[in-house]
Amino acid sequence: MSVTIRQVRTGLNGDEAVAYAVLHADVDVISAYPITPQTIIVERLSEFVHNGELDAEFIPVESEHSALSAALGASLAGARVFTATASQGLALMYEVLYITSSLRAPVVMAIGNRAFSAPINIHCSHDDAYAARDAGWIQFFAETVQEAYDLTIIAYRVSEDERVLLPSIVNLDGFILTHSVEPLHIFRDSKDVSEFLPQRRPVNPIDPDNPITYGPLALQNYYMEIKRQQAEAIYSSKKVINEVFEEYGEFSGRDYSPVKSLYTEDADTVFILLGSTAGTMRYMVKKWRREGRKVGVVSLTLYRPFPEEELIESVGDAENIIVMDRSFSYGSPGGQLYMDVAATFMKRGLNPHLVNVIYGLGGRDFTPEDAEKALEMASKTDVDIVWIGVRGDNYG
Amino acid sequence: MLEIRWHGRGGQGVVTSSQLLSQAAIIEGKYAIHIPEFGPERRGAPVRSYTRIDDEEIEIRYGVLNPDIVVVIDPTLINYSDMIVEGLKDDGLIVINHHSGDIPDVFRRYRVFTVDAYRISLDTLGRPIYNTSMLGALVGATKIVSLDSVYTAMSSRFGGEILEMNIEAVRRGAKEVKRLA
Repeated sequence: MSVTIRQVRTGLNGDEAVAYAVLHADVDVISAYPITPQTIIVERLSEFVHNGELDAEFIPVESEHSALSAALGASLAGARVFTATASQGLALMYEVLYITSSLRAPVVMAIGNRAFSAPINIHCSHDDAYAARDAGWIQFFAETVQEAYDLTIIAYRVSEDERVLLPSIVNLDGFILTHSVEPLHIFRDSKDVSEFLPQRRPVNPIDPDNPITYGPLALQNYYMEIKRQQAEAIYSSKKVINEVFEEYGEFSGRDYSPVKSLYTEDADTVFILLGSTAGTMRYMVKKWRREGRKVGVVSLTLYRPFPEEELIESVGDAENIIVMDRSFSYGSPGGQLYMDVAATFMKRGLNPHLVNVIYGLGGRDFTPEDAEKALEMASKTDVDIVWIGVRGDNYG
Repeated sequence: MLEIRWHGRGGQGVVTSSQLLSQAAIIEGKYAIHIPEFGPERRGAPVRSYTRIDDEEIEIRYGVLNPDIVVVIDPTLINYSDMIVEGLKDDGLIVINHHSGDIPDVFRRYRVFTVDAYRISLDTLGRPIYNTSMLGALVGATKIVSLDSVYTAMSSRFGGEILEMNIEAVRRGAKEVKRLA
């Protein structure tokens, strides 16, 4: 490790950590509407702006649709912008999600992952992250409060890179991360961070003296070419993401990669998942190894673009793959991550035994006992989807 | 690893106590996680929160199932004795906001500490908000962190008169907590 920038060890919850990352990224415009469990982010940022700690325009909008619309406008004008949302808020900004990525605006948004209604629930599911999966945003998943802080800073560097110019979402599990206090290291101020994240240099910003058009009509003549370029843009962002991960590692002393794996080299069974439950699964995998069971775990820090090659490489020759989804795609062949993983293997002619575990919906706790039940499923060949931690019939 | 479960009611600052304790442990260079278990965010509804403290990094993220310590912030929850002792380790410890000594028999299997947080909070805050006096009682009974670390954690969260009043509540909780014979 090279010389890293001095940092402070402190205790913050995930929302506060994201707010500090936004402060340290020295954003110009914050446009957001409060919604649990993301509210603390917006509250802290409004305090930073009010206290004069952050020289930014804080736009208190009347809905999430407006929150992202205002963020998009400011981003096209060349500002470094931030917004945050969760669950129903993400649903309300849905049409603007696609417009933001298509107009190549490097907006960074945090999602405090929360279940969709109905029934009303304020706790963690990955419904909102998955709902945005096709919208052309880069998506990161934090496992810890530290990662929520780091990935927010990383997201700006990636999104604003001239080779990328796409918006990013940083996902952090609602309550489990947003409201949990954990130790972490943060930089002292934005000056320290500016070496890694210099001021934004916008490409073709809106400028009254040099008028350009954003969002014109493009029908049969051009629409498809624009979409093709967009598809290419997010695939090729992975190269930049890997570069930025590496550079941030040197800068901060903390290493990031698209996937994190433990004990997968000789594993016969590998779990694949997203978010904060990865720590519990690593703890379980270490326990299973002590018992002589060859189990490994892979968690995805990068969800979009989907890290296909890294996933295949880290899973190795495992016969059983257990994909854990904290959501469900109703009427589909399986959960959303399961379908991504299945396609990733199938298109390479690989055919491991795949099981889909649905867990933790609406914040239901996922305990070691639940992990044991999930592992039992690996040996069952007649099961494809199993709901763990649910009352009643849990298959199918 | 030390695992603590807090019981209280919405609006009593259950989450704040757990947060302050984990922050105090982090200040001492330890690893700690505060995990809230919000029910509906309703004033008066029973709520729990959890604290884990360790010398090593903590990876697990599920709720505390087998606590070493249970802290009962709300005095009326003593009547839900099954909930209080659920999963508590055999050599576990209970810290209760209580003054008469008339406790459920099932508690007597464990080490029980009591403090009259009602009186302390009225004396120091002028209102029956028990969380800081109960945090003081927990620290006084167990010494899991120093009172100075608790005060430092509090000063990053409160200021002025509110800070002074709450520091006094913690100090008195730590001083007045007693092991039940």
